[in-house]
Amino acid sequence: MIAVIDYGAGNLFSVCNALNYLGMAHKLTKNPADLQAADGIILPGVGAFPAGMQMLEESGLTEVIRTESKKKPLLGICLGMQMLLEKSDEVAPCKGLGLIRGEVHKIPSQRVIIPHMGWNELVITQQNCPLLHGIEAPIYTYFVHSYQAFCDDHNIIAYADYDGKIPALITDGGYVYGAQFHPEKSGEQGLQMLRNFGGML
Amino acid sequence: MLAKRIIPCLDVRHGKVVKGVNFEGVKDVGDPIACAAEYNRQGADELVFYDIVASHEGRGVFLDVVRETAKQVFIPLTVGGGIASVSDMRDTLRAGADKISINSSAVKNPALISEGAELFGSQCIVVGIDAKRDGKGGYTVFVNGGRIDMYIDLIEWVREIQARGAGEICLNSIDTDGVRGGFDLEMLQAVCANVTIPVIASGGAGKLSDFATAFQKTNATAALAASLFHFGELTVAQVKEDCRSKGIIVR
Repeated sequence: MIAVIDYGAGNLFSVCNALNYLGMAHKLTKNPADLQAADGIILPGVGAFPAGMQMLEESGLTEVIRTESKKKPLLGICLGMQMLLEKSDEVAPCKGLGLIRGEVHKIPSQRVIIPHMGWNELVITQQNCPLLHGIEAPIYTYFVHSYQAFCDDHNIIAYADYDGKIPALITDGGYVYGAQFHPEKSGEQGLQMLRNFGGML
Repeated sequence: MLAKRIIPCLDVRHGKVVKGVNFEGVKDVGDPIACAAEYNRQGADELVFYDIVASHEGRGVFLDVVRETAKQVFIPLTVGGGIASVSDMRDTLRAGADKISINSSAVKNPALISEGAELFGSQCIVVGIDAKRDGKGGYTVFVNGGRIDMYIDLIEWVREIQARGAGEICLNSIDTDGVRGGFDLEMLQAVCANVTIPVIASGGAGKLSDFATAFQKTNATAALAASLFHFGELTVAQVKEDCRSKGIIVR
């Protein structure tokens, strides 16, 4: 069973729709005990970083996410990915979960439209990532965001080239994964990534 | 690089697709969910559902269509037609829409754009515009499906839309809509030059090359068509292949 963390994020239902479609057992929850009992965890997210972190803290979930992320696969999506990092300066400086080294800042380019919205091809730097199993290049995924991760190359599985490198799929090298794009809105290739996540449990 | 998007629009009346015909393998051509799935298979980058009746009574049926589609098709869904308040927006998003398209209601009440953007995020708010050449080198904005001239200057309006926090503009040309002679490139570029948010070209696509031409000659980031795809004259895949052969990045 996958625990989908329910903290009021906008894309909760799309994520659950996709898991239902794929026949992957899941539970929408903010109960720490469910996260402990789950085989894997998905942290969805749309919105601003400080509000997201505040909701996690108010639900008493930050510690249990940190502990469980050492024991079972965790996938953060969009804001859920950004919150895996150490800190962000969206709206105001704010600490993240700190599961992956790095920070979140506004996309720096002045030459492209912000938000980065639409389908962008992924450049894969770690071919053997289990999330990408069975997905043939070119891989296009759907992005909607104005802030991006800044992290070490060894944490980056794939990036999107948008007048600069935007980390698209990141990992701590262990159980923790983050997708800046929305796999639940990225057509068949996105669904395959979710299926692959299920296969890791 | 971001791919240029090809977006089919499904006009829905009483829960059925209007004008839907001729999809190979789709038995009920009026079935919006089957049509959405077929467009997804063809490689559509997003889908627009447009409630052409937009009556209060029919709302439930329409949102059921959105809800069922969102359970089966996993690309972004934009929903428009008859959305006149923040509570309409909320209901539509809850049904599974990723974006909301407002048109006449935004002209009549521009605060709706800012309220929606604040509550749900700019990325959710698409402002549709029906505009027409005014015969003096400019363009004016119409409402009620292009029937009523509001005598509002198009360029002033798109600047206001952006300032109020809209995430995208979908620009429909009344002059070229249904004529099938191609998108109104001049009007499109006039709008693109005055905003930094993405602009979707709409109205006038009649042949394969019209899409690539719009991307080559304007800064539009997406192109939308309804009947051309409904009638099966062109598939999304054919349009993308043509764009790709001309060096335009598509998914």
